Amino acid sequence: MNTLLTKKKEPIDKLAQAAAGRSLGAEALRRMLRSPVAITGGVITGLFVLLAVFAPLIAPKDPLERYLQDQVQLGKGIIPGAQPGFPLGVDDFGRDELSRLIVGAQNTLLVGVLATVIGVLIGVIIGGLAGAFGGWVDTVLMRLVDVMLSIPSLLLAISIAALFASASQWTVIIAVSMIGVPIFARLLRGSMLAQRGSDHVLAATSLGVKRWTIVFRHMLPNSLGPVIVQATLTLATAILEAAALSFLGLGDPDPNRAEWGIMLSKGARQFLDVRPELAYYPAIAIIVVALGFTLLGESLREALDPKNRR
Amino acid sequence: MALLEVRDLKVVFQRRGEQPFTAVDGVSFDVEPGQTVGLVGESGCGKSVTSLAIMRLLAKRGNKVTGSVRFEGADLLRLSDGDMRDRRGRDLGMVFQDPLSSLNPVIPIGLQITEVLERHRGMARKAASVEAVDLLDKVGIPDPARRLTEYPHQLSGGMRQRALIAIALACRPRLLIADEPTTALDVTIQAQILALLRELVQDTGTALIMITHDLGVVAGLCDEVNVLYGGKIVERARRHQLFAEPRHPYTHGLLASIPRLDAGRGEKLIPIRGSVADNIPWDGGCAFAPRCPNALAVCGEISPQLVPDNGGLLRCHNPVRPAVAARPGGVR
Repeated sequence: MNTLLTKKKEPIDKLAQAAAGRSLGAEALRRMLRSPVAITGGVITGLFVLLAVFAPLIAPKDPLERYLQDQVQLGKGIIPGAQPGFPLGVDDFGRDELSRLIVGAQNTLLVGVLATVIGVLIGVIIGGLAGAFGGWVDTVLMRLVDVMLSIPSLLLAISIAALFASASQWTVIIAVSMIGVPIFARLLRGSMLAQRGSDHVLAATSLGVKRWTIVFRHMLPNSLGPVIVQATLTLATAILEAAALSFLGLGDPDPNRAEWGIMLSKGARQFLDVRPELAYYPAIAIIVVALGFTLLGESLREALDPKNRR
Repeated sequence: MALLEVRDLKVVFQRRGEQPFTAVDGVSFDVEPGQTVGLVGESGCGKSVTSLAIMRLLAKRGNKVTGSVRFEGADLLRLSDGDMRDRRGRDLGMVFQDPLSSLNPVIPIGLQITEVLERHRGMARKAASVEAVDLLDKVGIPDPARRLTEYPHQLSGGMRQRALIAIALACRPRLLIADEPTTALDVTIQAQILALLRELVQDTGTALIMITHDLGVVAGLCDEVNVLYGGKIVERARRHQLFAEPRHPYTHGLLASIPRLDAGRGEKLIPIRGSVADNIPWDGGCAFAPRCPNALAVCGEISPQLVPDNGGLLRCHNPVRPAVAARPGGVR
């Protein structure tokens, strides 16, 4: 009976070892490569990032040059449509719409990434402090977060944007980043508290490991997973929120800047009856990119969830 | 003077809006260097809470710990937080029940060992790594140098528990508390881990507190056994004494409920009636009385005291007669 067991166990052990011979990150990557959702999200996001990085090289024309200005007659409601050399037409200044969309990817990515990164940083500091200390620190910080959460996100962004004397790109970035702060803080605090009660933190404590070592080495790395996933999801909404702020006229007032939110807001407010495409193109671009980030975030969450480990 | 002297240790859980619950109710015992003392009882009898209280790992909020825990003369319960942190891992080590959840999943095994060496023995990372390989080798992990860079999920259950023991023993503590170290492992691995613990205790002279519900573990390892029920010690005896002549009806019941290889075919196991009540009152009588086959009228009226008996201690009004208890041969 006993020998039978050990004989059977050996190949199983070897299999288990072979399967286990990967780190957590490699395991998550392996699982994402097998998921069509992750691949779709990854391809969209990857193309968007490439587009943004190499925008000046890819754009067929200068996004600021007013090529067809003499054909635009706003008083009569005439903006020329698509024609040879201008596949997506031109905007109200006669500038090439396609080139502006491509260059706009850069600004849009910048706003989305910066707003998310700032939001994550502030949120992680607040949530980390609350989770590491607990007690009254936790109570005070979490009530602050509750206040922020109780204000609808767009309203919060508008209020913060309105606090600045002059609107600029940075106004948008900071306003949008504040929307994410309470969410990241709550998320990290929750998983930090769960870590505090975990067996391995108790074990580390039983070994006399210093408090800050426990926080930074044992609690934080185990708590960041959900925050990272939330960040990819927030990146998508950050782009939408930034567009919304621009749409409401609280964004960057520089008319030369190519940014999808500004382009959408102008197209939708002024030329919807003349050239609806000018609103559709940036809207489609925003939707596709937001979808890409959301799909990527969803699949990342699934891949990192230890319960899904096969 | 014993290495560890636990006196009248009492732990009360005080949760808001709930009745205070006395999890450990005046437990006293000594541990000598090189000795293995068992704390035995079923779930909820207070054995794990006792160990956490000795290590001062219970949250301050909501738990009231009284009594004294003297380690080499110093009362651990009255040390400053910083002093206690210095002692944990250096003088007192602990091995937990579930080896997978007791290891940090995101950092390699090696770092979890060197961390302790750097903390308590002031070793440089490199020297600590060399020492870590040595430690893993000592607890019987094959190819230890490679294991250093591996993560907990890459090890098998038995190896994880060996790694945990290596971490706990890294600074050669004089007292090791093992809280059900074999419960999460399969039987063959259990035997290996117990043999390893026995060997380490013999080699290093480390004192060991073995917390378990498994009397087989007690039989294989412990010099002295304390049987806990409802937060109190109900019987203390030397190992052979306990198995040969269990005096308390609870101990007797525990032994009778274990299947035996030499039992006749068709012979039934004798369970202990009922289960542990949520809040066991020791004030107005014996807490075990409602489940006790030997209960007398007095058991429901006067709480029994722990008195010397047959070379050990016993808390019972109507103990099991040796003739009834005598069963030749030990358990395992």
